[in-house]
Amino acid sequence: MSTTPEPVLQATGVSKFFPGAIALDDVSLSLYPGEVHALLGENGAGKSTLIKCLTGAYKRDAGTILLDGKEIDPRDPQGSLALGIGTVYQEVNLLSNMTVAENLFLGWQPMRHGMINNREMVKRSKEVLSGFGLDIDPSQLLSSYSIAIQQVVAIARAVELAGKVLILDEPTASLDREEIDLLFSVVRKLTERGLAVVFITHFLDQVFEISDRATILRNGRIVGTRELANATQTEIVTMMLGRQLEEAKKERGKAVIGETILELKNYGRRGTIEPFDMILHKGEVIGLAGLLGSGRSETAGVIFGSTPADQGTATLNGEAIKIDSPRSSIHLGFGLCPEDRKTDGIVGDLSVRENIILSLQARRGWTRPISRAKAEKIAEDYVKKLDIRLASLDMPIRLLSGGNQQKALLARWLATEPDILILDEPTRGIDVGAHAEIIELIQTLREQGMALIVASSELEELITYSSRIVVLRDRRQVKELQGDEISIGAIVRSIAEEGGAQL
Amino acid sequence: MKLSSILLASALVLAPMTAMAAGKTVGFSQIGSESGWRAAETTVTKQQAEERGVTLKFADAQQKQENQIKALRGFIAQGVDAIFLAPVVATGWDSVLEEAQDAEIPVILLDRKVDADPSLYMTAVTSDTVYEGEVAGNWLKDKMAGKDCRIVELQGTTGSSPAIDRKKGFEKAIADASNLEIVRSQTGDFTRAQGKVVMESFLKAEGAENICALYAHNDDMAVGAIQAIKEAGAKPGEDILVVAIDAVPDMHLAIANGEANATVELTPNMAGPAFDILDAYWKDGTMPEKWVQTESKLYTQDDDNNAIYEMKKSLGY
Amino acid sequence: MMGGTLRRIAPQLIILGVVILLNFIVFPGFFSIEFQNGRLFGNIIDVLNRGAPVALLATGMTLVIATKGIDLSVGAVMAIAGAVAASVVTAGGGWFLALLAALAAGLACGSWNGILVAVFRVQPIVATLVLMVAGRGIGQLITEGKIMTFNDPGLIHLGAGTILGLPTPVYIWVIMGGLITYVVRRTALGMLIESIGINETSSRLAGINSRVLLVAVYLVTGFCAALAGVVVAADIKGADANNAGLWMELDAILAVVIGGNSLLGGRFSIIASLLGALIIQSVNSVILLSGMPPEFNLVIKALLIIVILFIQSPAVQHAIYLFRASTPPHAPNENGAKNNQTAKESLS
Repeated sequence: MSTTPEPVLQATGVSKFFPGAIALDDVSLSLYPGEVHALLGENGAGKSTLIKCLTGAYKRDAGTILLDGKEIDPRDPQGSLALGIGTVYQEVNLLSNMTVAENLFLGWQPMRHGMINNREMVKRSKEVLSGFGLDIDPSQLLSSYSIAIQQVVAIARAVELAGKVLILDEPTASLDREEIDLLFSVVRKLTERGLAVVFITHFLDQVFEISDRATILRNGRIVGTRELANATQTEIVTMMLGRQLEEAKKERGKAVIGETILELKNYGRRGTIEPFDMILHKGEVIGLAGLLGSGRSETAGVIFGSTPADQGTATLNGEAIKIDSPRSSIHLGFGLCPEDRKTDGIVGDLSVRENIILSLQARRGWTRPISRAKAEKIAEDYVKKLDIRLASLDMPIRLLSGGNQQKALLARWLATEPDILILDEPTRGIDVGAHAEIIELIQTLREQGMALIVASSELEELITYSSRIVVLRDRRQVKELQGDEISIGAIVRSIAEEGGAQL
Repeated sequence: MKLSSILLASALVLAPMTAMAAGKTVGFSQIGSESGWRAAETTVTKQQAEERGVTLKFADAQQKQENQIKALRGFIAQGVDAIFLAPVVATGWDSVLEEAQDAEIPVILLDRKVDADPSLYMTAVTSDTVYEGEVAGNWLKDKMAGKDCRIVELQGTTGSSPAIDRKKGFEKAIADASNLEIVRSQTGDFTRAQGKVVMESFLKAEGAENICALYAHNDDMAVGAIQAIKEAGAKPGEDILVVAIDAVPDMHLAIANGEANATVELTPNMAGPAFDILDAYWKDGTMPEKWVQTESKLYTQDDDNNAIYEMKKSLGY
Repeated sequence: MMGGTLRRIAPQLIILGVVILLNFIVFPGFFSIEFQNGRLFGNIIDVLNRGAPVALLATGMTLVIATKGIDLSVGAVMAIAGAVAASVVTAGGGWFLALLAALAAGLACGSWNGILVAVFRVQPIVATLVLMVAGRGIGQLITEGKIMTFNDPGLIHLGAGTILGLPTPVYIWVIMGGLITYVVRRTALGMLIESIGINETSSRLAGINSRVLLVAVYLVTGFCAALAGVVVAADIKGADANNAGLWMELDAILAVVIGGNSLLGGRFSIIASLLGALIIQSVNSVILLSGMPPEFNLVIKALLIIVILFIQSPAVQHAIYLFRASTPPHAPNENGAKNNQTAKESLS
């Protein structure tokens, strides 16, 4: 590691208070030119707050920030950008209906005779992007390129404008492996140029792959900074969680599978999912495995009724049922935690309390309101049970971190005491701690006799709690694995091979 | 109907000439039926045509110029003998008027004028809105006969030409009477509801006892204001004199009940004079002036307002 | 709970106070109230009375806007309702029958809007524009384009009468606003409506019957608009379909906005909207009492409204917060909610 003695950015004693919570407590951080510095911690540990204090998006309550030895006090992200600190967020903050070149040069376009010199702009964009290993046409709309390329364009813009420190906030969350490789190669080129890169992610593998050092935060405090060359994943995770991570891969619980609760026959929806048969028992978890777009979420939606089935029959506890909307299935004791928390799950401006009781209230009907006291009690119970971290039950749920939002959504469904709970990617985009807790919760619920259907792209996770695994490909069920057949290898083979279904 | 022909004064004069027009066909493009007055104008026009033995082709444009232009083209194609046009807007008539001219069909504008070369139409029959205000002002001046009078004024919609003209005419009439003074003037948007609201504020701001007369730019506002005066515990027509313009039926009723004092008629009979002009033209080619002014008749408590009310009701006001 | 409501409506109360003070400055007799002819008589009473139509409209509009919708048709619905009521009484029906018929017409209009929005998924602004344009025509058809006058004392009482000296419309809007606030907050309706307005997909997936709720809020606006239409017609003893409620939908929307409710839907406060309606009426009162020529009416109104909205803008609120936060450093926890809001703003 090429650590020069002089840090490019040095934050000392940074603190930030929110009402009822200390978001950052005396946090110090040094960044050296040419290093990739990972910032790690559970959701709510203070990573985002620290970044926002560094870039001036938040006004810090204490502490100093030195850039190249000089004290700076950026008042907003634009100010810090001018000083040399660029930030790229997970959701690309560019204008997708403008061209790549326009996005790259927005605000500092090359001018000629008082007009934007488009040709010059495209030419220079091409040069800049080729420096990042991207050979694309900058005169095309940004939206015509993949998220990864948009991400690189955003990085290119940040680097061109800033050039000292680049902060990447969960840049890989929505990228596939190839795209991650592209991104990492860009990051390596930048560190060769002497930039300091701050890398925030939940993916530990990626941390070890690209970063030189890692600083770990917990509950708004620094736990420590480690040279990653001589640290282990277990060590880092332990620092993040403050406790030994229980081996998630414990022996699959000897599930006591009960009687049949749901039976689907020839169930499907034209254009969404091919008809399938499924029998779900009390006390079991059916895992849905498959690549993105294979029909995992679609299966969940058809069963729950958000995209109702148009063929086949369903029986619940031996009685024929018809599910034509989430409302009808909720009344029958179903619940679904959707994949996309933000757009399909949380109601951002409502309080955590209201979000937790929302489905229960919807099922009771508007004429029978849940009293404030009762709502508070229900919410408090689940906040405790699921260890949801928040300043107050009255705060809007959108202010919670991803993992805590997910737990609150689980609480919403658990509050309805469902017989059948469908979870679509329950652990996506949340931190390690919450991840383990949710897996544990799934197992507990199963042991209590609930029937669950879980769709996930995390195969390791899936095999720990599923008693059966349904493999999907091209919106079709291709294989059902159970008992000893279940292994990652078997799932991957079923996903990959055309002849996977050899039953 | 007897009474109507007496009241709608102009109809009287032409009785002898009706023969000329009999058997002719006249097309009438009306704006629509957005107000009681408009409905009455339509009724009177139809009556006038019937009395004179003229076939009237009527087209309701529902407030749209393109409908009017379409109607005019239709009249031209049918080869009518003359066209009456009550234009919804002032501009954009040149080409269709030229078409009528090419077809040698005289066009007479009713109630409103247009911005087009005057040679393109025969004449415009309209009321003189400045003069209407003057008639109202003169009535009040005569009524007060030198006694001091603080006047409140309910204006029409701000910036509209009748509001500007009726204000101008009234002010002109009282300019030489130092005993008459407009103390408050505010718009009531020509509506009954606003007339009432604004009158309420006048009464609060000045005190009912300090207001001697109300001049409203139309009867609707006056009728609304009369209610406000009554609710404030004063007697409209006695404590506060009420004079307005238009002579709609409800105003006649108010005058009959002693709650209002005078109104100046905006006659719905624009067609009568127009038919007279056509008669003269067809008889010996007499060309009228480019502007024919209708009568602005004053109605007071001396008239039989109950009878007028009944008669006007039947006109579709 | 009470404290929360008070904190929510504090800006509206302050603005109302300032505008009323302005009234007092232009007309020192503003506060005087007399009792004559069996009715209270004064400018304050006028503000309460004349604010009735917009207050009624704003009550319903608040709910529609909370669902991320808008109802442009309320002014036209007023015209229809007034026309219906007038034609019923002139045809010999009693005032109560006339009122029922008008309210039924309002509900019919509301269900039309609601079904277009909730079932056919037409954008609210487009869906209600249909009735905004056509509705006035319907009203004109009923009245045949003229002012349909009536003399039924029962009906007139709804607009021009008094109860215990106070004009009837004051009771009508206060009771209606209070009733709807009560129903919405004492049941789960309020939260469910907010939920739909914030994120309809999430709400639907959480089991909320958004369709029925959407139709319901448009029904409420239709009902409120009909009531406003009856009040306005009764006030002038005549249904004036050409002018009744003309442009009043915009005043209603303005009242909701002045009430601090977001046009993007979500959290709402009917009380704040009602204060917004009173603020608008007080601004009208300043204009009328100032004695300025009418040419200045719209300019003055626009200026005052701009100032009001400017004061309420997040940027200014934030500045006020910072200013307050920077002065005395005591009581760090007292402004909890405010702090929270600031954090929100910097997040977004």
